[in-house]
Amino acid sequence: MILNVLHKTRYDFQTPVRGIIQSLRLTPAKCDGQEVVDWRVDIPEAIMGTLFRDGAGDYIQAASIRMPCSHIEVTVSGTVDTTDTSGVLRGHRERVPPRAYMRATPRTKPNRAIRDLVETALKGQEETSALERAHLLCAAVADALPYKPGATHAHTTAAEAMNAGVGVCQDHTQVLIAAAHLADMPARYVSGYLNATEDGTPHEASHAWAEIFIDGLGWVGFDASNKSCPNEHYIRLGSGLDAQDAAPIRGLVLGGAEEKLDVTVVIEAQQQ
Amino acid sequence: MGIFTFQSLLPLMRARQGEAQTMADPFFNEMYAQDGLRPLYQRLENWYQNMPSEFRALKQAEAEDLFRRYGITFAVYGEGGDPDRLIPFDMFPRVFAADEWRRLERGIKQRARALNAFLSDVYDRGEIIRAGRIPADLVYRNEAYEVAVAGFRPPLGVFNHIVGIDLVRTGPDQFYVLEDNCRTPSGVSYMLENREVMMRMFPHLFQENRVAPVDNYARLLKRTLASVAPQKCERDPNVVLLTPGHFNSAYYEHSFLADLMGIELVEGQDLFVEGDFCWMRTTEGPKKVDVIYRRIDDAFLDPLCFRPDSTLGVPGLMNVYRSGGVTICSAPGAEVADDKAIYTYVPEMVRFYLGEAPILENVPTWQCAKPDDLKYVQENIAELVVKEVHGSGGYGMLVGPKSDKATIETFAAKLAENPSNYIAQPTLALSTCPTFVEDGIAPRHVDLRPYCLVGRDIELVPGGLTRVALTEGSLVVNSSQGGGVKDTWVIAEE
Amino acid sequence: MLSRTAANLFWMTRYLERSETTARLLDMGFRNALLPNTGGGFRNEWSAILQSKGALQEFTEKYGELKQRNIETFLFFDLDNPSSVAACLRAARENARIVRTALTSQVWDAINVSYQELKALQRRERSSLEVPELTDWSLRTAALIRGAIETTQLRNDGYQFMNLGYAVERADNTARLLDVKYYVLLPSVAYIGSGLDNYQWTALLRALSAHRAYSWAYGGELSAAQIAHFLILNPKFPRSLLSCCLEVNAHLDQLARIYDRSTPAQEAARKLLGELAEARMDDIFDEGLHEFLSRMISENAGLGQCIQDQYLTGDAR
Repeated sequence: MILNVLHKTRYDFQTPVRGIIQSLRLTPAKCDGQEVVDWRVDIPEAIMGTLFRDGAGDYIQAASIRMPCSHIEVTVSGTVDTTDTSGVLRGHRERVPPRAYMRATPRTKPNRAIRDLVETALKGQEETSALERAHLLCAAVADALPYKPGATHAHTTAAEAMNAGVGVCQDHTQVLIAAAHLADMPARYVSGYLNATEDGTPHEASHAWAEIFIDGLGWVGFDASNKSCPNEHYIRLGSGLDAQDAAPIRGLVLGGAEEKLDVTVVIEAQQQ
Repeated sequence: MGIFTFQSLLPLMRARQGEAQTMADPFFNEMYAQDGLRPLYQRLENWYQNMPSEFRALKQAEAEDLFRRYGITFAVYGEGGDPDRLIPFDMFPRVFAADEWRRLERGIKQRARALNAFLSDVYDRGEIIRAGRIPADLVYRNEAYEVAVAGFRPPLGVFNHIVGIDLVRTGPDQFYVLEDNCRTPSGVSYMLENREVMMRMFPHLFQENRVAPVDNYARLLKRTLASVAPQKCERDPNVVLLTPGHFNSAYYEHSFLADLMGIELVEGQDLFVEGDFCWMRTTEGPKKVDVIYRRIDDAFLDPLCFRPDSTLGVPGLMNVYRSGGVTICSAPGAEVADDKAIYTYVPEMVRFYLGEAPILENVPTWQCAKPDDLKYVQENIAELVVKEVHGSGGYGMLVGPKSDKATIETFAAKLAENPSNYIAQPTLALSTCPTFVEDGIAPRHVDLRPYCLVGRDIELVPGGLTRVALTEGSLVVNSSQGGGVKDTWVIAEE
Repeated sequence: MLSRTAANLFWMTRYLERSETTARLLDMGFRNALLPNTGGGFRNEWSAILQSKGALQEFTEKYGELKQRNIETFLFFDLDNPSSVAACLRAARENARIVRTALTSQVWDAINVSYQELKALQRRERSSLEVPELTDWSLRTAALIRGAIETTQLRNDGYQFMNLGYAVERADNTARLLDVKYYVLLPSVAYIGSGLDNYQWTALLRALSAHRAYSWAYGGELSAAQIAHFLILNPKFPRSLLSCCLEVNAHLDQLARIYDRSTPAQEAARKLLGELAEARMDDIFDEGLHEFLSRMISENAGLGQCIQDQYLTGDAR
């Protein structure tokens, strides 16, 4: 499937700021089922650093503006050719050992509720395959946290989301990571895009899901928000230990001011 | 981990009790051994015996005045406290013979090489883990293991450019490594200033004794740092020292070292990232920075990669680092070699990477995660020091010989509940060195921290920081608890 | 040079100068308090001094009534008062400590020893300390540090920033001092030009170490116009606004030479100098002395800001 992406992020500052520095994880890498046909990241006035690949195989780039500015607009546009790999990540060049994704961050630290969820989901499943158990966890998380935007925010932790009982893709993903860790499976946060218009699901086009490491199979994506594995409707941007670590844009404003953030993402499947 | 309390180290080694320990003095005295005065200290004994006590008092006052003037008033090892506090200086030097030092030097360099090989390996293919010589989780699940730099090879493959190895001595030929300081070991300014002050006060001592000089340390450090400049650097590398700021207890040392090396002492706010490079703000505009000798921890280096609330670092620095625009010393991620649990595997690293037998021994360590070790520890807990694997600063530990029965029992219960959280070590009999006291000299316990430099070459200046527990019988060398410092001599061969 | 290092040097000398000025004010107040209580009395005088430091309200909130001993404490020792001698010296020493390596050991010694002596003074019984001892000590200390800078510092960019700090701060202090004296002593414009027989003016000149200099320059008669001229336009008096402005220009020119680059700071300094060099007392009185001084204070502050922006933040390209 050929997917066209147009992703604009605009920051408006109430009073001009002295400058901006950002680290961008906005360029998809090639892997099986994901061929990048064309891709651009534009920030007017910004000085861009070299695009380099980190140990997890993600493309990273710095962008900075060192003069007063009252707004900044990051425009990502491109085309990716995708095929369904049933969620299995293959052909992705990376150097980080899977066991490094066993650690919890403050955002993925489990609480009692997550422990209970794992215990219930895996009860009597000791003989089941790792892949099957990962599916069970994914389904359990989806059931425990009905999709509801607005109830949680960008800094909500997995434990807090569990207590709230609802969440968005970020919360689903972080809870699933915590759950996988409890089941002794390495897990990480993936950010990317989802072409969701086709079946009319309400989820944001800017999306997140988890990858769980299955011995013998490798990293496999699990999207608890949609109770499925990523397919040809997904574009993978990059990964990290949690939402903050995998954020497509991490930035700092110099001489901080109130900012208004406006994000639009349009994903379209090209007619063939 | 950087803070080392004596208790973590000084355990009296009952396990090895027996032979030498049954003597009147169970501690090795570096000046007066069992068979009398060691020839190494002959001249110093004469010096001391011919010194009238008024003269001594005068010199002691002069030394203090010199230190205050130089402004060396900082707490070592991040102990905090009054920034204007002087650490007591003991004028009686601690002496090593050339052949003793040669062995130490070989051992220290060997360890520094092994630690760097280990770091290169675990951020690359992890051969030592694949070979089953170190448990994967010990490394990869360690908080200090930085996923962000996995697969990145720093210039020359060096992660740890300055390795401070803490050593104690228990006999004529017995040295033990207590800890490897792989972050940014402090205290080297004392090594240099102690010598400076001694040479100024007692020049004739240096004419009589052939003391190997240490004052080229700064030159070697600068050379080491320059040797790891990034490939993109085409001219004489611009090296800077990054300090957390003038409120830091080691600020004096930062400023002292920067000055000796002739490099800028910068704070995070002095640097910024633009394009593929890191720049510093100068009165003439931006100037490119090639090598950063940082004295701040990984977590604070770059708010866009690590702790987002850090104001000490430089936003975007890790991007420049990972795209080869700047070298950071020590390399981000090097902290993982600075871990108590990893420490126990250093001899294994020496064998695995270098194919050599370790020259310096570790303090024997029982890993309570292993059933046999746990059994031993439980049976001998009153004689041992038991520590939490990730603990630091002397918290969460038991010093058996110094604890009452109730304390031991409470701790034993905690140990039984979660054995893998603990390790245990024997209490070591630290050597003593003559030290000036009210009425003459008396033996006091000492340790040693030499500073090994790793760049294109591996260098070790003949000397280090000797810390001394000034209170009689005390094994605590921390400056916050009555510890002092001494000049450390290596006597060149006649 | 690192911008922050330059900023520390600049602010080190600004604080040193400010500390000296506070000591001089204390001296002036003390001398006036020895005079027979005529006119407004010493209360008026002390409140004027506190006003010149913008600290009257702060003082009253903390100490209440204007008692001399409290005022002395407030102006000399009180670390809560940012312009007390002790607070300024501490700030100067802190700036110096940060850039230790940009200072010669003599300069650091002079500053550090002063600070240690200050701490010794703080420990002494207050009743054993008379104002002359404190002010003499302050002026001696200031001279010692200044002397160490003059005789030992390399004539590099750092030296220029130190001198810029001194000159910018001194101009500000002189202008404020004169403004306050005028406000207090010449409530009516009718006094301008009339002969003055006022001990308080003498005390002001003495506090500025300018009493005899003034006599040599103007023949000994005290007149408001002449005193104003002396403190504003006389290039021979080192604390006059014109002298300070000449200093600022000289050191900025040096910087432009060292860096081979001129900035808006040089331009701004030349503009201010142009005005002062051409000014006549008549014009100043026409504008209104208070108005003129206020404008000078603000222009001088603007120049300080310009130096800051061009050199001390590292943001200029």
